[in-house]
Amino acid sequence: MKNYIKITAAIVALGFVSCDPEFDNSVDDAGFFESGTADFSNYVAVGNSLTAGFADNALYITAQETSYPNIMANQFSFVGGGEFTQPLTDDNIGGLLLGGTQIQPNRFVLAFDAAGNPGPVVLEGTPTTDVATSAVGPFNNMGVPGAKSFELLAPGYGSVAGVTQGTANPYFARFATSDNATVIADAVSLNPTFFSLWIGNNDILSYATSGGSGVDQLGNLDPSTYESNDITDPNVFASVYSDQVTALMSGGAQGALVNIPDVTSIPFFTTVPTQSIPLDAATAGVVNAQFGLYNTQVLPLLVGAGIISQEEADLRVVNFTAGVNFPIMTDDDLTDVTNILISQGIDPATAGLLGQLRQVNDNDLMVLLAAGVLGTLADPSNPASVIGVGVPLADQFVLAASEQARISTAAAGFNAAIEGLAAANGLAFVDARSALAEVAATGVPFSGGVLTSQFVTGGAFSLDGVHPTPRGYAFTANVIINAINAQYGGTIPTVDIGNFGTITLENN
Amino acid sequence: MKKILFLAVFTLASAVMYAGGFRVNLQGNKSLAMGHTGVAVVNNAELVFHNPAGLVFLENRLSIAAGGFPVFSNVAYQNTTTGESAETDSGVGTPFYIYASYQATDWLAFGLGVYTPYGSEVTYPDDWAGSHLVNNIDLAAIYFQASAAIKVNKFFSFSAGFIFVNGNVSLNRNLSRTLTDLEGNRSEVTVDASGVNDTGWTVSALFNVTDNFRLGATYRSLIRLETDDATADFENIPNSPATPFEDTTASAEVPLPAEITVGLSYEFYDKWLFAFDLQTTYWSEFENLDIDFADPLIPDSVNPRNYETASTYRFGLQYEASERFTLRGGYYYDESPIQAGFFSPETPRNDSNNYTAGLTFDVNDRLQIDASFLYVQFDEVDASFDFFEENGVLVPFGGTYKSNAFVPGLGVTYKL
Repeated sequence: MKNYIKITAAIVALGFVSCDPEFDNSVDDAGFFESGTADFSNYVAVGNSLTAGFADNALYITAQETSYPNIMANQFSFVGGGEFTQPLTDDNIGGLLLGGTQIQPNRFVLAFDAAGNPGPVVLEGTPTTDVATSAVGPFNNMGVPGAKSFELLAPGYGSVAGVTQGTANPYFARFATSDNATVIADAVSLNPTFFSLWIGNNDILSYATSGGSGVDQLGNLDPSTYESNDITDPNVFASVYSDQVTALMSGGAQGALVNIPDVTSIPFFTTVPTQSIPLDAATAGVVNAQFGLYNTQVLPLLVGAGIISQEEADLRVVNFTAGVNFPIMTDDDLTDVTNILISQGIDPATAGLLGQLRQVNDNDLMVLLAAGVLGTLADPSNPASVIGVGVPLADQFVLAASEQARISTAAAGFNAAIEGLAAANGLAFVDARSALAEVAATGVPFSGGVLTSQFVTGGAFSLDGVHPTPRGYAFTANVIINAINAQYGGTIPTVDIGNFGTITLENN
Repeated sequence: MKKILFLAVFTLASAVMYAGGFRVNLQGNKSLAMGHTGVAVVNNAELVFHNPAGLVFLENRLSIAAGGFPVFSNVAYQNTTTGESAETDSGVGTPFYIYASYQATDWLAFGLGVYTPYGSEVTYPDDWAGSHLVNNIDLAAIYFQASAAIKVNKFFSFSAGFIFVNGNVSLNRNLSRTLTDLEGNRSEVTVDASGVNDTGWTVSALFNVTDNFRLGATYRSLIRLETDDATADFENIPNSPATPFEDTTASAEVPLPAEITVGLSYEFYDKWLFAFDLQTTYWSEFENLDIDFADPLIPDSVNPRNYETASTYRFGLQYEASERFTLRGGYYYDESPIQAGFFSPETPRNDSNNYTAGLTFDVNDRLQIDASFLYVQFDEVDASFDFFEENGVLVPFGGTYKSNAFVPGLGVTYKL
């Protein structure tokens, strides 16, 4: 009898012991994934909007949760990664308040209009995230939307008072540890064992998205004189970037440096076609007649007088045909001939129109915002004021070839500095430029299809046409993780980007 | 002592066994303790399930058996590429049985039974890696059976019976891998069908070859649980014409497959009984688990299953240790009906080894207490479900699964 009870008890005990199924090799076991020679226990990410998780022209909770640093930190948890904190906003509306007044717009969502056509619209609602109600920083995610390279080292960049004066950044003001704190100093104060640095995008991006309306500051080594849409001098970039790497490595941290992608391959510049003005033959003829004198007499005279080159004259010829045409535009890189024309007796209005006029051509890139302007009437009461035909498209809507060249030159300088510093310091170098180029050129296959940079449908870019979707950020995280594994010999797992969403549907 | 050792070794013997899908082989404590054999074992009212033809050979005019089993089952999942992992937190399932047999004359007996041969309860953490396939499922079917058994002679008897089934199923899953509402809550659907009824039948036969050696066979028919008025409750749907998921009704069908069991029992050394059952479940009936939503705007849910017919090999041993104690042990190997590429986390079953043991304590001449224990051991398996479609692209969901189940049981037998 006693024996039976013992046997029964033993069998029951056996069952309880085996109650939880255990894998021979569990992903949660230490050593299943390897960190390599890096220490991920305290990861700090430094950068701009991309690092913050900005998407759909706003910062909001769900986007922050799929920021590439947060995705990476989740994967780092398999190799000893610790807690990763982020300055989460207060809602999923996006937008920012400053003392109750809205200073940043709400996010975009994809809505369908009455005719059933989808398009980005600004989500309705009042944001609840107030810059003045500080989040207590510093955070492991030190991504500051809008930050340029040199601004990471600028004292006062996180001053709430400075936001209204335009000297500070509202996103950093939310969580800067003091009015005089710098982004880098706050990041360093966390004593990171590992960091990522992705900065410099805005040093060319704001110039690009403004259609080149800023100034290329090549040769100007004083960034305090720069305006917001200017291109940063590559030597300035290299200098501040080097200082940042040095600061972040000061406690012995290892890290990853991410280079600057080609901003012109993002949907913001590839969605609106250069040819967008449909005209029939009769209308084209009428419009051409208006430019007849300009084409055949004014331009040759200007060349003859040595005011413009023959090359510029060719560029300035206006010609519409039956079909879809290039719009006319004002290009501030052209010689301004307004006063010369006035001095030759042409009326000031016409002279002003022709002063820096040309037609858009295949070498230009149209910014996404041009879609809302092209073909509309500049003066609603004047049917001849069609923008792109009767009234030139403003320079800010077109990124001209000359402007693209300045961006390309600056980016090449930045990237040479980044790659050089990575090599010199034994840090992982992340070639985001090549990765984005692949997305834009051929797309990248994944478990649910192909990730492309097609606006709305491609999956990589959010509705602002500039910032990634969660899936785009997940792709970015994988690119960085792969570079880290290559540099430090680890086996940190990547994520399945198909598990990350793209754009958000919502009708207001 | 030697005999006990023999029993212990037999109980823990390592071979390989399974009866997969959502078949729950817990139709009696005595039979379960012997590897759920019983088609040719004549000693109690559990025969109502295993082989009603044997009821005419029971010694008592009235026999009643009843009991239940708290089922503790666990499934662990992991993906060694991404590091994703999950472990189920399923509720405790409670299969039960009640059988009564009545010996009307020396050649006629009746049996009534209520039992739960099909069921599944699996609960993953919400929004886990496979949540687009299932967050949780709860399926239960209660069988009500009435059988009559006729003794042809002392060697042979047969039976026929009628089965009424009451079924319930509830399934929750996310609509896709990524769809959320504005706040990031994953869009999900719960399909709930309750009180689905249908009928079936069963026949069986028993052949007493000698006083010690019996052969038995039982067949239970296919029963299709069909419903047109399941409810479909959609949650966390974004406000958009592109996602027209309004609550609606749905039709769906789950087959409870036919099953045939043949087996033998052999008494030896006076106090020992050996039993072997071969049970075949016609799972090939389970081709799809499709949910047809009544709202025409909502695409139907198509889920190929393509199960294949599978068998279970059962071995049981009984030893009457004393006046009051009977010891049992058993083992069965359960083949999974799930084919490669169709391994869905909703029923994550690969072949299993099942070890059973138990005992009966005679309280008095009429009342017995039956206890049993089942441990289901699955090997770790790398498997995938390859037929989830996303925007026209098939997206396999795979990984490593490891499951087990632990089932203690308790019952009573009453004889008059």
